[in-house]
Amino acid sequence: MKFKGKRFGILLTFCIMAVFWVLLSGIFDAFHLISGLVCCAIVSLISHDLLVKGESEKKLLKSLRLLIYIPWELWQIVLANIDVAYRVLHPRMPIDPQIIEFETTLRGDFSLVTLANSITLTPGTITIEVEPDRGKFVVHAIGKEPADALLVDQTMQKKVAHVFMETAVRTEDLPTRK
Amino acid sequence: MLIVHVAVTVLLGIGAFFLLVGSIGLLRFPDFYTRLHATGKCDTLGGGLIILGAMIYHLFQYPETLLVSAKLAFLIFFVFIANPTATHAIMKAAYKTGVKPWRLGEERR
Repeated sequence: MKFKGKRFGILLTFCIMAVFWVLLSGIFDAFHLISGLVCCAIVSLISHDLLVKGESEKKLLKSLRLLIYIPWELWQIVLANIDVAYRVLHPRMPIDPQIIEFETTLRGDFSLVTLANSITLTPGTITIEVEPDRGKFVVHAIGKEPADALLVDQTMQKKVAHVFMETAVRTEDLPTRK
Repeated sequence: MLIVHVAVTVLLGIGAFFLLVGSIGLLRFPDFYTRLHATGKCDTLGGGLIILGAMIYHLFQYPETLLVSAKLAFLIFFVFIANPTATHAIMKAAYKTGVKPWRLGEERR
C-alpha cells in the first residue's frame, strides 16, 4: 500500500511539472520536449514528497472531491465581494467587527490550509491564526451574520471535512463543551 | 465577435468596479482589520475578472497563440491562492503585534 501511494505521488508530480514545462516553454520540437520530460522525471523521483506528502489512501477521490468543492468556493467568492461592496458603499456602513474562536476536528495540513483560505475568501471573515495541534481557528468577522455562519451553521467546516474525508465538525463532540 | 467584445467589456468593467470598491473601502473603513477585509477580497475577484477578460479577448482575437491564454489562466489560479494567504499573513502579523481591533461605537482611526 505504501509503495502504491508513493507511485501515485511521483506520477502526479511528474504530470503537473510536464504540463508546466510544455505551457511555459512553448517550444514543441523534439529536443526541448524530451529534455523537459527527462528533467521532470528526475525531479519528481527525487522530490515528489514535497508536493504529495505521506501515503494516505484515496488521494484520487480526494482530488475529485476538491474539484467539486472549487466551483462552490468560487460562488462564495462572488457573494463575498458583493457583501463587501454593499458594506463599503452603504452610507451608514453596516459593520460590527468581532474576533471569534472555534475549534474543528480537522488535523491534516492540506485540509487546514484549505479551510483557512476558504474562510478568508468567503463573506465577511478573515483567518487570523490557526493552531494545527488542536484545530483551533481565530477569525476576524466584519459583522454578526458571517460570524454566526461559521459558529452555528458550520457549512464550510462540514464541506472541507467531506472533501478530505475527515470527521465532520460537531459541537457536542468537542472536549471544551463537555 | 460583437458578443465577445461585449462580454470582455462587461468583465473588465465589473473587475474595475470591484477594485474601485476595494479602494473606497480602504479609505472608509475604520481600522486596520476591516480595511484588510475590503482590499483582500475585492482585489482577488477584481484582478481575477480583469485577467479573465484579457484571456477571453486574446483567445478570440489571436487564436494562433493559445499558450498566452493558458498562461493567463494559471495567473488567475495563483492569484486566487496567493491573495488570501498574503491577507492572512498581514492579519496575523497585526494581531501578534497587538493592533487593537475596532469595536462598534468607537472612534475611527
